[in-house]
Amino acid sequence: MRVPGILYADEALLRDMDEKVVEQLSNVACLPGIVGAAYAMPDAHWGYGFPIGGVAAFDPEADGIVSAGGVGFDISCGVRTLTTGLARERVEPVKAELAHELGRAIPAGVGSSGRIRLDESAMTEMLTDGAHWAVSRGYGAAEDLERIEEGGKCLYAEPDAVSQRARRRQRDEMGTLGSGNHYLELQHVVEIYRPAIADGLGLRAGEMVVSIHCGSRGLGHQIGTDYLQMMVQAAPSHGIRLPDRELACAPIRSELGARYLGAMRAATNCALANRQIITHLARQAVKRYLPDATLNVLYDVSHNICKEEMHVIEGETRLLFVHRKGATRAFGPGHPALPESLRALGQPVLIGGSMGTASYVLVGTPQSEMLSFSSACHGAGRSMSRHRAARQWQGRQLLAELKSRGIIVVSPSMRGVAEEAPGAYKDVTAVVDVADEAGLASKVARLEPLICVKG
Amino acid sequence: MSKGNETAMPATARWEHFDHGADIGVRGIGGTPAEAFEQAALALTAVVTDPASLRLRQVKKLRCEAADLDSLLYEWLNAVIYEMSVGKVLFGRFEVKIGGSRLAAILRGESVVAKRHQPAVEIKGATYTQLRVARQPDGSWWAQCVVDV
Repeated sequence: MRVPGILYADEALLRDMDEKVVEQLSNVACLPGIVGAAYAMPDAHWGYGFPIGGVAAFDPEADGIVSAGGVGFDISCGVRTLTTGLARERVEPVKAELAHELGRAIPAGVGSSGRIRLDESAMTEMLTDGAHWAVSRGYGAAEDLERIEEGGKCLYAEPDAVSQRARRRQRDEMGTLGSGNHYLELQHVVEIYRPAIADGLGLRAGEMVVSIHCGSRGLGHQIGTDYLQMMVQAAPSHGIRLPDRELACAPIRSELGARYLGAMRAATNCALANRQIITHLARQAVKRYLPDATLNVLYDVSHNICKEEMHVIEGETRLLFVHRKGATRAFGPGHPALPESLRALGQPVLIGGSMGTASYVLVGTPQSEMLSFSSACHGAGRSMSRHRAARQWQGRQLLAELKSRGIIVVSPSMRGVAEEAPGAYKDVTAVVDVADEAGLASKVARLEPLICVKG
Repeated sequence: MSKGNETAMPATARWEHFDHGADIGVRGIGGTPAEAFEQAALALTAVVTDPASLRLRQVKKLRCEAADLDSLLYEWLNAVIYEMSVGKVLFGRFEVKIGGSRLAAILRGESVVAKRHQPAVEIKGATYTQLRVARQPDGSWWAQCVVDV
């Protein structure tokens, strides 16, 4: 190992943690150019090469690498939360209708298509301009962009580095949610932990918010597939010996490394545009039943990504390529990358739950820079395989149970619902509490679902 | 662990799933590598829906090539995933021929109908995790890997 591996967890999380996490963290700590330490967040579990919940930073000037597996197949998967300014009670009279409307407006699940068809030139513009492209096409407003990471557009994207296959997979997938653990939820704020920060973020107890969890859809999946293979094949020519093929990577300063980064940034723009379009569709649906709702973007943050960031290593500021695979960036107060309106508060860290459980909003802390290159957890993580979940629960029964708790789930697939049973996930509260206690990020608010649209 | 049997296949040909944390492993078992590849693709379909429920209305031919059998399985499963994604199709039958480093296949299936197929989850990609094509002591071939969902 070139650097230590550091794992954040409490005793219970550690006991339940897959032992593969430690093995994978050790492997990551052996990769060329790694700096500081390889980190695992409290929600870490067994991933592909890198653990999910893994954070690792590489120095391009020390032969540092970029890894397609360290970003994952769902490039720039992330969470966006919108405030509504409306009290929870307001939805009750129209809840069933709104749930149906959201399910109708936002395509979800296997085989679904969006209403937008992208030709080659529109695809290239979208891959270059991200959420800015979506706004220019009438999806949402310019005010939304400030509250998106990178201002809604990842610079230095290279649409030419995106294969035809990846483009074809995306032609009719803009504005779609996908499946698995992706969702759109109408939630309400049930508890506030830091009132001043919550107030600054526009979060008030008893009010509703909308959260969207999805990524770069087929385009990102294909880029992951394409580049993982290219990196495996090219590793010997770069003099990289891999303990495991799935750790495939390329030097940041190589042609392949640069092309991957260009393609990954294009996929990030695709994810940002996708969440922007879904925001627009959600606004239309909510406004139809609650005309005085104002859906403002609280924040949009990715949790599968590699970013160029400045960090202080042994007193020296260095440009590093920080991989966060199932981990959320968590810049503390005052960070120059934060928009003016958030700078005093710290970067919002949006933690998604599963359909019956809670989600959390946290903010980055001043000390997270020293603890984890300013990173925190991203969600709960599964504790049970899809098979076991499908055997243990029935979709319809789950829907009835959740309905009795005031949660309406809309999904095209009952098997999908069963496999996503809330009981198949770890306790998100335990994960968030550890992140808070360790100082990775500070808890601000707890959100619980009222309506959940699932793929 | 789910298991499936295709009556059209010899008795040894079958597929199964194995657990991998948040995701799922697909394993095809057959008398030859080609048969194991066919079964691995059926296991892929079974992640989404019951392969036996599919009507075989559409036909798709595809070819791929790789330096070794492991890489060929990665190529093959990802080619199937690509066709599923682009065509919004689910495949219920696969005929695979392997000659050296090349694979040619005929896929049969139908468009996704959410109500009838109740598709559980979309497959993002086949991975190098636990990727292995190997002959077992009993003479059968196994072709397996974890898929990201």
